[in-house]
Amino acid sequence: MTLRMPEPVFAALGVAVALLVIATVGASVSSRIRRPLRDAEVRLRIRMWWYIVGGFFMALVFDRRLSVVALGLVSFVAFKEFLTLAPTRRADSKVLLWAYLAIPVQYFWAGSGVYGMFSVFIPVYVFLLLPMRMVLIGETHGFLRAVGVIHWGLMTTVFCVSHLAFMLALPDLPGLKNSGVSLLFYLVVLTQLNDTAHYLVNRRFGRHAVLATVRPGLSVEGMLAGTGLTMLAAVALAPWFTPFTWLQAITAGLMIGVFGFIGFVATTAVERDLGVSESRHFLPGHGGLLERLDSLMFTAPLFFHFVYDQFY
Amino acid sequence: MNKLLRILFVLLVAKPIIVFWLGLTVRHRERLPTRGPAIIAGNHNSHLDTVALLSLFPLEEVPNVRPVAAADYFMKPGFMQWFSLNVVGIIPVARRGVAEGIDPLEECYRALERGEILLIFPEGSRGEPEQMAELKSGISYLAKRFPTVPVIPVFMRGLGKSMGKGTFIPIPFFVDVFVGRPFSWTGEKNSFMDRLRDAFAHLQKKVPAQPLE
Repeated sequence: MTLRMPEPVFAALGVAVALLVIATVGASVSSRIRRPLRDAEVRLRIRMWWYIVGGFFMALVFDRRLSVVALGLVSFVAFKEFLTLAPTRRADSKVLLWAYLAIPVQYFWAGSGVYGMFSVFIPVYVFLLLPMRMVLIGETHGFLRAVGVIHWGLMTTVFCVSHLAFMLALPDLPGLKNSGVSLLFYLVVLTQLNDTAHYLVNRRFGRHAVLATVRPGLSVEGMLAGTGLTMLAAVALAPWFTPFTWLQAITAGLMIGVFGFIGFVATTAVERDLGVSESRHFLPGHGGLLERLDSLMFTAPLFFHFVYDQFY
Repeated sequence: MNKLLRILFVLLVAKPIIVFWLGLTVRHRERLPTRGPAIIAGNHNSHLDTVALLSLFPLEEVPNVRPVAAADYFMKPGFMQWFSLNVVGIIPVARRGVAEGIDPLEECYRALERGEILLIFPEGSRGEPEQMAELKSGISYLAKRFPTVPVIPVFMRGLGKSMGKGTFIPIPFFVDVFVGRPFSWTGEKNSFMDRLRDAFAHLQKKVPAQPLE
């Protein structure tokens, strides 16, 4: 019997579990020293990472369809959170049920790999059908605002997020076992790294403020260095998790760096508009999930299409 | 009243709807009584209010929790009556009982004597979604007769938005529940009702508003 190296994505998940165990133990030990609010946030973040790692294992060890369903539930909760925070018209309750119905349908296309319907169902069919259902109610006051709110919610929390599920359904590429899971892992890790890199550089080296009206603390330095770090990480990780050449890896890193940031600031702008205060952020139902998904909602479709156009 | 049916209702209907379909954030759950007698006073916007309050209790406690409900609405003979009595476990109150010379709260007195937990909606009816109506004073008669029984105000936000008057399918929205501090009979009807009104006003401010156009 020969010893076989585990696939990189398995090894990486093993490392992630080890880190999470340390983090979980650390958080419970230090929970008495820290401020309770911050502490609750840290615990919620750790718990979210357990879910993410669990989702990857589910896809690798059991069945991808389970992970597709799990991502569908993520969309359900995120859309629900969005509608809780956003203004909706009482008259539209039936319309909202139809909008919710789009979630299982979209994830059915994603899980079964029906590319055509997957990519046009929400942007075209749902986009055109919801106003029809809405006009049947006969209430014109606030119509445009209501239809816009629902469509923004569906596009970001359902359509964009469902690209993560479609990626799982991608067939294997030559030389890369479990291609879909590996590519998804690469995307999620880089997007999270990008958030962290932006945050750390802003805090330590931020001088020239940018977009201060959206969120104080953002800086040109953070934007450039954060994106640069993400590009470096993209090149470093590419050989293990992707079929990319170094040029493709740089492009992917640039895309994730820039659009992760755009997703972050755009979601922040939406939250400000809806009056979501920062102290409520980490609570599920009060913006907690949208806050976690913000950058991923923007990077997922772009990274997916980059991969899809280059390799499939 | 059927204990098993009531537990199954909370386990298979109330908890799944409230926890998974809607999503619940409860502040100060520890203020809820673990045993009766007690009076829970909730704001009322939806049939889901009763469902949500029931779902807050541990299953073994459920048969002991009794929603107080209007007899003229829930006691129309037929399925509604059977369901209300046996599955939800309501105590029917004849809103016009006084005119007919009977104390409409008689059943509530018996329940508190048995050590049960009453769920009562002092606004009386569901009214406009997400708005509080003037409180009715029926609850003060209960508190006066049982001056040591704790009254726990509970404010719920989002249920009227999810399933207001006239709609019957709950639409998924997150729901906030804030349990207030227990208090008891103040010795006088007006001051008791003021105390309850203040409690609701205070809780209302604590629970983040949800936009509704």
